[in-house]
Amino acid sequence: MTAINPHGTSLNHGILSVLVQNRPGVLARVASLFARRGYNIFSLAVAPAEDDAQSRITIVVDLESAPLEQMVKQLFKLVDVVKISELDPRRSIERELLLATVRADAGQRSEIVELVNIFEAKILAVGADALTVSLEGHPDKLDDFEELLGSYAIVELQRTGRVALPKLDRSSRLRGANPNQKGKVG
Amino acid sequence: MSTNQSERITGAQALIRALEMEQVDTIFGLPGGCILPAYDPLLESSIRHVLVRHEQGAGHMAEGYAHVTGRPGVAMVTSGPAATNLVTPLMDAYMDSIPMIGITGQVGTGAIGSDAFQECDTVGITRSCTKHNELVMSADDIPMAVRQAFHIATTGRPGPVLLDIPKDVLQNEMTWHWPTDEEVRASLPGYRPNMKGHPRMIKEAAQMILAAERPVLYVGGGMLKARAAEALRELAELTGINVVTTLMARGVFPDDHELNLGMPGMHGTIAATTAMQRSDLLITLGARFDDRITGKVDGFAPDAKIIHVDIDPAEQGKVRRPDVPIVGDCRLVTEDIIREIRDLLASGVAQADISEWKSRVSGWQEIFPLTYDPAEPGAALKPQFCLERLRDSSPEDTIVVSGVGQHQMWASLHWRFNHPYTWVNSGGLGTMGFSIPAAIGAKMGRPDATVWAVDGDGCFQMTAQELVTATVERIPIKIALLNNSYLGMVRQWQEMFYDERYSEVYLSTDTPDYVKWAESMGCVAIRVESPEEVQPAIDMANSINDRTVVIEFRTDSDEKVFPMIPAGCTNDQVLVHPSQEEHRSQL
Repeated sequence: MTAINPHGTSLNHGILSVLVQNRPGVLARVASLFARRGYNIFSLAVAPAEDDAQSRITIVVDLESAPLEQMVKQLFKLVDVVKISELDPRRSIERELLLATVRADAGQRSEIVELVNIFEAKILAVGADALTVSLEGHPDKLDDFEELLGSYAIVELQRTGRVALPKLDRSSRLRGANPNQKGKVG
Repeated sequence: MSTNQSERITGAQALIRALEMEQVDTIFGLPGGCILPAYDPLLESSIRHVLVRHEQGAGHMAEGYAHVTGRPGVAMVTSGPAATNLVTPLMDAYMDSIPMIGITGQVGTGAIGSDAFQECDTVGITRSCTKHNELVMSADDIPMAVRQAFHIATTGRPGPVLLDIPKDVLQNEMTWHWPTDEEVRASLPGYRPNMKGHPRMIKEAAQMILAAERPVLYVGGGMLKARAAEALRELAELTGINVVTTLMARGVFPDDHELNLGMPGMHGTIAATTAMQRSDLLITLGARFDDRITGKVDGFAPDAKIIHVDIDPAEQGKVRRPDVPIVGDCRLVTEDIIREIRDLLASGVAQADISEWKSRVSGWQEIFPLTYDPAEPGAALKPQFCLERLRDSSPEDTIVVSGVGQHQMWASLHWRFNHPYTWVNSGGLGTMGFSIPAAIGAKMGRPDATVWAVDGDGCFQMTAQELVTATVERIPIKIALLNNSYLGMVRQWQEMFYDERYSEVYLSTDTPDYVKWAESMGCVAIRVESPEEVQPAIDMANSINDRTVVIEFRTDSDEKVFPMIPAGCTNDQVLVHPSQEEHRSQL
């Protein structure tokens, strides 16, 4: 693991959006490829894509463990992988969700509520001495929120891992390739 | 066979019929509980089944068959331990890009995940040692699964595909249907191997080839897979460029051709290894810069630009960054490069003068030929001597199948391969015990050819039981067993790099008694201990064509494979045969 913040976007990270056939074992194929070749994954998010027959896997990878080009080419050898897009963080929309339960004594509760308001986070549940909060947004924003929340006692915290899509280009009506096309990486 | 659209048959019948539709003539296998239903319709099938003695044997037989025919070999076994016994051949086929179909039985769909008798996660276990695998969950899916498996195994970079079929799926009824090519294609939207090379890259490659002053054609097993031997010969003769053939490519270019420098790498000829090392352009065709070729990568061919032709894009830049990467079928790309070179020559572009370079290369060939010290009178046989006699006494297109170790290197170095698909060995995985079952598979694929397995005593003991298969199934092969009483290659390393501290490498000279063992398995067996006995034994073996013959040559355990590049060294640090040491400065 590198010294950098594992959730942040940095030069040591790459984002791959991988469209796969929605079939049993496909996630295991992707995961075991990464394990076998020694590629590190920082985060992974999987869900059905626009076409039910396919799923989109967003993988944030550690570029210090291997060149992105090799990861892409090896992934492409999986028969169930239909299309791979390398997402440039500067030209992508990235989102992630964070849930956290924080200990909140009467004395600290207002401070935490203030933090929640500043970040436009939400309070999902209130207990006698704890709060469960959620924040959705860019992973960098979640990093900041998590760091500030850390000055209170975090009981449990879970992040989803990022999902990402290419930014829309205002000058063109269509951006992103046809998902049915066995695409070049782009 | 009937293809009546509404015909109801069992999954097992559909499986066997689908294999027939894929032109399968031979299955290597061994039945058991979960695969039992598939063995019943085999009784009515045109397919010949070879009953093996161990499932690993079935896998290697399928590989041997595929090596010599280019068609996928089929191994069919049951679930659990049978499936795990197939893992080694699957990995072997994956490493060497051998088209192979594995079919395993699985416990019934209702029992999957319950730790049932002879259950294992076959698809999980074989995920990283197959090109693709599938658990077939419905009898209706069987024809499509078989068609996909053959399509994937034989196209692009070939490799093993495994189908895991639960027992109830084999027993259930389905309506027979045979998917069209278009349906198969549409069912695999993520699988589109690129066949044609990029025209701009091909043009660039042609220009570089004509401009190079020290070019070498670095040819790997991909050229055999692409059936590109003729195109290679045309390219070599058109340009006059020397060819090196890797361990996996032996036979793709005739050893007797004046441009052939032989095998490069860890135990390659000095001319082949040094020509690559001093080259200014490596024209890499279907090869993958394996560590056994490059030595220490940082010091490999430091002045060479790289043209890299391979059908697998992931090979481009995996080890060495190419200057001109070309993804495509090796035969089509080689033919395109030839066309481009002819066009350039016709338009007045001249090829650089490579005569000085070629005289340097032939100098290395003359100064550093393959050599070994002849045996002292009364001493043990030299393995190279036995192989040379065997080579000179065997028919021109004899198929040679080796195991892994010293005998493999001697066979590759000392045989003269003049025909493609006559050399079968385990290159990438280095599977000891490969040769006997692979030779049986090769003989099934090429019953007309003489098949000699060259084996060591360590390898022989790993898979010798398949000689029972050879006898009972009447598949007569010939085995040259070079018995040096040791795990020879390991011994060589311990002698050279561990101060002769021999640790767990001595096997035994006479236990087992190889002659009695071979005879008990129905073979003709001959023991050879002196040079005068070598030729008569070989002549006798070559005259017997209705039984398997084993010749045990008692060979010198001190003999080492030279040349050798020690692990972790660059190819400049090659160890030549001691008798050539005085010429080192001329490398």
